Amino acid sequence: MSHLLEIRNLKITFGGLDALSGLDFHVDEGEIVSVIGPNGAGKTTFFNAITGMVEPADGDIIFEGDSIRGLEPHQVTGLGIARTFQNVRLFPNMTVLENIMVAQHCRTSQLVFGALLQTRAFKREEEEIRARAENVLGFFGSRLIGYRLEQPAFVLSYANRRRLEIARAMATQPRLLLLDEPVAGMNPMETAELTQLIGKLRTEWGFTIVMIEHDMRVVRDVSDRVVVLDHGIPIAHGSYDEVSTNPDVIEAYLGRPAERHA
Amino acid sequence: MSATMTSTSAATYRPRVSDQDWRRIATWGGLCALFLILVSLIGMPVGLDRRILIHPVLSLGYLSLLWIPLVLGYVVSKHVVLEGMAAPEPGARDLVTGLVTGAIGGVGLAVLLLGIDNFNIRDPLVNWSPQLLSLLTYERGLGFGAVACIAICAFLGLVGSSIHVVPATVRRVMSFAAYGLLLFSVLESAISDLSEGFRLEWLTDIMFAKRGGLTLISSVVLALLLGALSVVFGGRVKSATTRYRELEGLERQRASTILFVVVAALCIVLPLFLGTIMNELLANVGLFLLLALGLNIVVGLAGILDLGYVAFFAVGGYTTAVLTSADSPFFAPELHFGITLVIVVVIAGITGLVIGAPVIRMRGDYLAIVTLGFGEIIRLLFMSDWLKPYFGGAQGITNVPGVDLGFATIKGTDPRSVFYLVLVFCALAIYISWRLQVSRLGRAWMAIREDEQVAEAMGINTVNTKLLAFVVGAILASFSGAILVAKVGSVFPNSFMILVSIIILVVVIVGGMGNILGVIVGSFVLIGVLGGPRQPGLLQEFQTFKLLIYGALLVFMMLKRPEGLVPSARRSQELHQEEFLQDVWLKGEDHEAEEASEHAAETGPGGDEPPT
Ligand SMILES: Nc1ncnc2c1ncn2[C@@H]1O[C@H](COP(=O)(O)OP(=O)(O)OP(=O)(O)O)[C@@H](O)[C@H]1O
Ligand SMILES: [Mg+2]
Repeated sequence: MSHLLEIRNLKITFGGLDALSGLDFHVDEGEIVSVIGPNGAGKTTFFNAITGMVEPADGDIIFEGDSIRGLEPHQVTGLGIARTFQNVRLFPNMTVLENIMVAQHCRTSQLVFGALLQTRAFKREEEEIRARAENVLGFFGSRLIGYRLEQPAFVLSYANRRRLEIARAMATQPRLLLLDEPVAGMNPMETAELTQLIGKLRTEWGFTIVMIEHDMRVVRDVSDRVVVLDHGIPIAHGSYDEVSTNPDVIEAYLGRPAERHA
Repeated sequence: MSATMTSTSAATYRPRVSDQDWRRIATWGGLCALFLILVSLIGMPVGLDRRILIHPVLSLGYLSLLWIPLVLGYVVSKHVVLEGMAAPEPGARDLVTGLVTGAIGGVGLAVLLLGIDNFNIRDPLVNWSPQLLSLLTYERGLGFGAVACIAICAFLGLVGSSIHVVPATVRRVMSFAAYGLLLFSVLESAISDLSEGFRLEWLTDIMFAKRGGLTLISSVVLALLLGALSVVFGGRVKSATTRYRELEGLERQRASTILFVVVAALCIVLPLFLGTIMNELLANVGLFLLLALGLNIVVGLAGILDLGYVAFFAVGGYTTAVLTSADSPFFAPELHFGITLVIVVVIAGITGLVIGAPVIRMRGDYLAIVTLGFGEIIRLLFMSDWLKPYFGGAQGITNVPGVDLGFATIKGTDPRSVFYLVLVFCALAIYISWRLQVSRLGRAWMAIREDEQVAEAMGINTVNTKLLAFVVGAILASFSGAILVAKVGSVFPNSFMILVSIIILVVVIVGGMGNILGVIVGSFVLIGVLGGPRQPGLLQEFQTFKLLIYGALLVFMMLKRPEGLVPSARRSQELHQEEFLQDVWLKGEDHEAEEASEHAAETGPGGDEPPT
């Protein structure tokens, strides 16, 4: 049985700097894998590479058995990989509802004539898009529905923006969901709530999830496996308990004992 | 919770009259003087003096100066009150602020008068002229003029600042009357034309003086009438619009239908009562509206800053001329306008693809510059000797027939018929814009405008989607070109200068990008009142200053009101507050919520705590 996503010997360079080198990685259907590492370790770059936003210098990315290296980002999304952004990048002047509706672009097909002639197919598709959007937003309880549907995204609170970003990724109907620091900047209550929801994303929605996260409690609570990156190199992987006691990992985060004493 | 909200709203205090911010007054007073001198030396007072607004007292020339102390007096006495700070109560102090600011401006003008009287530097400054002097001194000598300037400017500064001081009802009555008078005097030709159509010439005779402008009596009556109207209806109009906004589903649909029928009926019936000049003006507004609607899709929705939009206007025009004119130099099939339109759509679409394909991958500034170049290249190609055998070079193609409808012919000598043709196409363009805006494609365009990279990551093929916007915009522009050529009866390369692109862009920006109603308002205000690149507007006297005003307006809008004249309803800061309250409410107890939000504030948006 092959992996859902498999990455072999991935290397990314930015003008001489190796942001990632020799990275091997895989996720299986239904797993939740966390990627952790100190700031600047190359975690976001890793997501960028998978989604086609940066071009790998070497290596291969295989999704459902086919190589997706070199595809355009929209093609990657079309194949079933969706992501959120670390620094929340919504469409601020579009409404909450529109943000979710537009994310279904690659799953729908109507163009100019359907809209102008208001064909039955067009109307049906619009209704489906709307229904699916409300369904996705309903995942977050009452936080993004009701009167909020028609509010522009820029008025949302910070936590709601993060939720909306996840909802937008869900709306592309992916198989693999890439979450870049989903709870960053949230308060403890919101974090606990979202941690639960991430679990539900797997059990209820059937997404496979790769998550970058700095909050170790969240990582512990949801992940099946943890991969640790440092300076673009994978330095450890395994269960949370294995990784959190690994001396290399502790060193990567806290620095060499000798340095600290010096 | 509401208790905490009200406790943050600030207390007011009453400042003393002598408690002035003199530096601020000096700055704004200086600015006022500078503006007054600048406008005088540009030549506006003399150049615009012939257009009389209120018969013996106010001409457009004087108005070009008088608004300056008024507006600056208003601005200088306005206070920015920070949340939670005590606000000064508006009062006598602010009146003095405005008065002094205006007076300083007046002194500046008086100094200018003195200068003109004693030195002669007409050589570089054409408007350093005796005409200006006699205009500003009311032909009563320098002493009188200087005192009058200072007194009038000080008075207007006072009036400007009093806007903050007087009660809200008075403010509303005053502004309503002032705007109303301005509107009536600007629309003078339209009103007389209309009343002629309704055989109500006597009304015009009463209202307007022989040499133009409202008579003093009629303006007083009008002001009183408008003031009374604003007292009676002021509140109701507002509540009606909010009620309309709050209508839901079917009811809203019904209200919209009624509104639509009324507007449509007006558009169809009104031109019957308008004369040639007004119909011509409306036809021009329509032609530019058509262009602006197309550009609105490209710039306003998809966020592609296309500065060479005139190219598609030209392609539409030339295609029509070649296919319909008997004088087309190389190929003259003399087709009917209807068939031509189909071909125009195809050719404009192809041109859109050909120009769009190479430039669409560029970003922002680069795309703007390259499209600017393409726009000019197309014009130069039509102008060139190389293509002269096909398109007639600088002489263009003449003898383009009007549109034969069987029962009537639409042509330039009958502007009313042209207006109806334009109306049909504008309605079509509005329908297209509206339907596309709320479709899958429109949403994709908006997403690209908001953040192209993210749009791509969310599964939108940005290259193709942007190209489609380019093509749709090109087709709408080509319609406008086709109608223009049928209207004028000829086509020349010089009708398609860069200026056309720029003016359409200004219309879109000033009206409100991405907002259909805004674009319509923008076209009427700019093209209708100021005039197009060659077409005169209601204020024909502005001809020489048109570009200056366009430029000033553009800069002002970008700085102060980037959302345009008609902002989309979404922009509202109050929502912010509501959002916050809702969040607190959702979290249950006040107590807990406060703690939580405090924590969030501490951690902040960038609060990536280092993992341990
Ligand atoms: N577009 C780029 N051009 C040049 N260098 C880049 C670019 N993107 C990332 N880098 C560099 O690559 C390295 C890895 O960055 P990345 O954003 O992937 O780190 P990260 O692990 O996500 O860190 P954080 O925890 O702060 O989010 C950093 O040194 C960064 O400066
Ligand atoms: Mg990162």
